[in-house]
Amino acid sequence: MTMNRETLINTILAVAFVAVPVIAMGMNEPFIITLATKVAIFAMAGVGLNLVLGFGGLVSFGHAAFFGIGGYAAGILASHALNYEPIMESPFLIEGTTQMIVIWIVALIVSALVALAIGAITLRTSGVYFIMITLAFAQMIYYFAISWPAYGGEDGLSIYVRNGFPGLNTLDPISFFALCAVMLGIVMLFSAILIRSRFGLALQGARQNPQRMTAVGIAPFRIRLVAFVISAMITALAGALYADLNRFVSPTMLSWHMSGEIMIFVILGGVGRLFGPLAGAALYIILEHLLGSVWEFWQLPLGVLLLIVVLFARGGLVGVLAGERKHA
Amino acid sequence: MPDAILSLSHITKQFGSLLASDDVTLDLRPGEIHALIGPNGAGKSTLIKQIAGEIKSDSGDIHFNGQQINELDAVARSRMGLARTFQVSSLMPEFSVLQNVMLARQSVSGKVFRFFRPVLGDKSLVEPAMAQLERVGLANRAQMRAADISHGERRQLEMAVALALEPKAFLLDEPMAGMGPEGSKRLTGFLDSLRAQAPILLVEHDMDAVFALADRISVLVYGRIIATGTVDEIRGNEDVKRAYLGEEA
Repeated sequence: MTMNRETLINTILAVAFVAVPVIAMGMNEPFIITLATKVAIFAMAGVGLNLVLGFGGLVSFGHAAFFGIGGYAAGILASHALNYEPIMESPFLIEGTTQMIVIWIVALIVSALVALAIGAITLRTSGVYFIMITLAFAQMIYYFAISWPAYGGEDGLSIYVRNGFPGLNTLDPISFFALCAVMLGIVMLFSAILIRSRFGLALQGARQNPQRMTAVGIAPFRIRLVAFVISAMITALAGALYADLNRFVSPTMLSWHMSGEIMIFVILGGVGRLFGPLAGAALYIILEHLLGSVWEFWQLPLGVLLLIVVLFARGGLVGVLAGERKHA
Repeated sequence: MPDAILSLSHITKQFGSLLASDDVTLDLRPGEIHALIGPNGAGKSTLIKQIAGEIKSDSGDIHFNGQQINELDAVARSRMGLARTFQVSSLMPEFSVLQNVMLARQSVSGKVFRFFRPVLGDKSLVEPAMAQLERVGLANRAQMRAADISHGERRQLEMAVALALEPKAFLLDEPMAGMGPEGSKRLTGFLDSLRAQAPILLVEHDMDAVFALADRISVLVYGRIIATGTVDEIRGNEDVKRAYLGEEA
């Protein structure tokens, strides 16, 4: 079997993504490992958004809500555990935890429930209304976090010791990177399988022609709602890892800037491309640190770049390198 | 007279001051092709949309397969076995021809929420979808993007998607639209054989096709049915001649 160009580009991306931090470890440059970890986490958030934005055609401008929910799941559970304060004592005892696996499960469940509620309302609208209402919901959660003093309010919440994972020293940069990279790999694999499944076919169909979907007897709404929930869960998982990377969570993770950044990763890398979010997140971090170190207004060229991508290169970075996609 | 599969009684639909459907009563019986003809703007497509459930009638009843379906939406009606084609091809442009038909098979199978098995390797979808493409003569285009095939082929694909739904009745909204004489002839032959599978409510402007195919014809003018009858009855009807068929008929 011959490898097509997109597979080749994806392979190069994956190899580079793993090689850079390994080389950085050899050169004793932990900062670069941290940057690569950030790329992995942002890419994961993007993989979540890409599911609805790229494959479902739903421009959610509120994914920071789920990213932040993941972050707060990590922050809140850890702070209770570290302060030896149970979250709830009656009717039954619920204690905090510093185990990432438990935190992830909580993040997945809470984000799924919130996404189900938000999706059930927002998915009845479309186009600009959908964008604005998802934004509005995310902002509601953002202001809620700011005005809730129990968990730091505006100042955020510190996680004094990074949460643990069985058999791994998560404080070691390369180990934590490996954990994030493996999680990213799992999420991307899951996403690849999902879009090739019956559900994936229906999701992409609902993007292209809802009228036709209805005529063949499949209601787009239910398909989109399930996709929205799965998408939110993936982004929440990324949020939990991000809080652990920074050992800090604050309402910033919930703000519309964050929603915009996640969207930028997807658009820069390639909307509806499996490796798009990874390419986009990597490019974003590279630009932030190369340009950002020489010029404080580095976001200006980023804006110009984004404009060029939107106007001339719809497939983003992956699209430019790999050429137009055949069919879905 | 066998019981009708689909029957409309006293259907009315008004858009502002325009009466698009004016007390329409019409039925579709097993094994027949019932053609609905009428000048542009007579309300043919509006009627199809009401039957398919895309727009709601102001008053009147629609019965399908022995059940009153007034309150059912388009998804539910499609699942009951009403398959419609569109006047302007309505397909998934980025999907392959095969994927377009597979989506319909997926709906028939009732199993849309499957997340893991790759759809293109699923024989229970691919094989029946290919079978429908072969029936309409599109099997050799199966792997092409729907956006890249010709207009005539898109019309054929619309038919294949409708066939894949294994419906109890077809609603065909101008299936010949924009097809050349050769294509129209082939499609006429195909529809002729299709009535044995399920009855067809056929909206069509191509009078040669209508006269060749129809068991009965209803003539719609300004939202009202002015005549229903066999081909000969309609050809001989003075009202119809005046309103629609003109001198040459």
